[in-house]
Amino acid sequence: MDTLSTTTSSSSTVTTFDLAQVPLREVNSALHAPGLSGEFLITGPAGAHNVAVGVNAPVKITVSGHVGYYAAGMNQQAEILVEGNAGTGVAENMMSGTVVVTGNASQSAAATAHGGLLVVHGDASARCGISLKGADVVVGGNVGHNSAFMAQAGRMVVRGNAGHGLGDSLYEARLYVRGEVASLGADCVAKEMRPEHLEELAGLLKAAGYDDDPASYTRYGSARSLYHFHSDNVSAY
Amino acid sequence: MCGIVGLHLRNPDLQPRLGELLTTMLCEMQDRGADSAGVAVYGDPRMSPPGRTTVSLLETGSDAPALAAAVSAALGAPADVLAVGETLLVSAEATDEDSLLAACRAAAPDALVAGFGADLAVLKGVGHPRDLADGWSLAQAQGWQGVGHTRMATESAVDASGAHPYAVGPGQCMVHNGSFSNHATVRRELVRRGVAFDSQNDTEVGARFVAQQLAEGRDVETALKELCTTLDGFYTLLVSNRDSFAVLRDAIACKPAVIAETDDWVAMASEYRALAGLPGVESARIWEPEPEVVYAWTR
Repeated sequence: MDTLSTTTSSSSTVTTFDLAQVPLREVNSALHAPGLSGEFLITGPAGAHNVAVGVNAPVKITVSGHVGYYAAGMNQQAEILVEGNAGTGVAENMMSGTVVVTGNASQSAAATAHGGLLVVHGDASARCGISLKGADVVVGGNVGHNSAFMAQAGRMVVRGNAGHGLGDSLYEARLYVRGEVASLGADCVAKEMRPEHLEELAGLLKAAGYDDDPASYTRYGSARSLYHFHSDNVSAY
Repeated sequence: MCGIVGLHLRNPDLQPRLGELLTTMLCEMQDRGADSAGVAVYGDPRMSPPGRTTVSLLETGSDAPALAAAVSAALGAPADVLAVGETLLVSAEATDEDSLLAACRAAAPDALVAGFGADLAVLKGVGHPRDLADGWSLAQAQGWQGVGHTRMATESAVDASGAHPYAVGPGQCMVHNGSFSNHATVRRELVRRGVAFDSQNDTEVGARFVAQQLAEGRDVETALKELCTTLDGFYTLLVSNRDSFAVLRDAIACKPAVIAETDDWVAMASEYRALAGLPGVESARIWEPEPEVVYAWTR
């Protein structure tokens, strides 16, 4: 097809899709081909939804421009770079791999993500890491309200500030925040930074390309008082 | 869902392109709601001739020449009527809004007033946004500001009275994505204070609440903060008048919004893709408005 170009450079071959020319369904379909390998460049996303969703291959995908909802959703294995902002639910339900957003992400980034790493170099808005199930999230700027709501497993690092209700009804996810927290949600408390946490945080920051002093962060986690219904806690439900 | 778009031009050189840009924005949001649509255009010399007052009417039950004759008779002065799609735009020389509105109501008692004021035309209707925009020749419109809405009805019937914008105060418009949950309570309070309603729609309550606040002398920012404390529900709102353009989201902020700004324009939409075609968007400052913060621009 004439709209799909392959550019060969000295080190690798990059397959380019221009979303201004190729329908999104065709692009995603090509990215779902069995045994996929190599590098891909997607240009002209113009805020389209569902860009590079459901990839399950050890490939590198660069999206040049702003994307709409659910970009890189359900990712497995792939390294996906969004050069721009992402709409609602970037990397939602990611299982493995890495998703990096150079700009800001809208609400519900990494919602229900089971594994892999999401890095947002700008801000992430409300409900970042909602119902997180094991993935890691590193946000270069601030996160909005109700982030890590009901987060069950995984780690979330916020280099800036967190909005109201951080970690409401949190299970076993660990949260690290460097800046101010507007307010903590129900059952979320500040916790001691033990050596294993400093080490874990240093590793997450390094994976995201940051070298902050882990000691400048505060750890937040669950007070574990809301796990099961208990009549003594009735006022907290 | 519903989609909302707005464009406030700072560079006068872009004014001839307002309609073209607004059409692209509106049609990009038709996936968010395609049962009805509406736009408000500020400053189109054909639809709202400068120096005149314009009233936008729907469901008048008469054609343009008959309405022009009836309004002129009621007003005691010549009024012109321009048909744009199903909307009839009545304008008259430098009359005050109240007397032209009264003449329109006398001439067409059952008509729906879609908007009124200087330099403002409001077009709305039931149907697919693309078809409506084509029928209005929206791409030909000019002006300094435009707002638009694509509707997926939840709170009231799919008819012209349920389509946005709600333009219930002089030159004012509101478009809304979301739903107000206590609108019936607020409506009863407004009715008690003498406010009349055209529809059972929740957004009309928000629009009339803001109009009431402005009529009592509050500025747009204060009026919208009052709305935050009085109206409960989910909302991203775009509130405009002849010279201003403001965005507000509720505390939960689950209804999307994105703002982009350049030296040439300020634009707002439910989603970025509606802004992707604007000239210079690649170098725009783009951000998501914070909950319960009023963002306002004045011409």
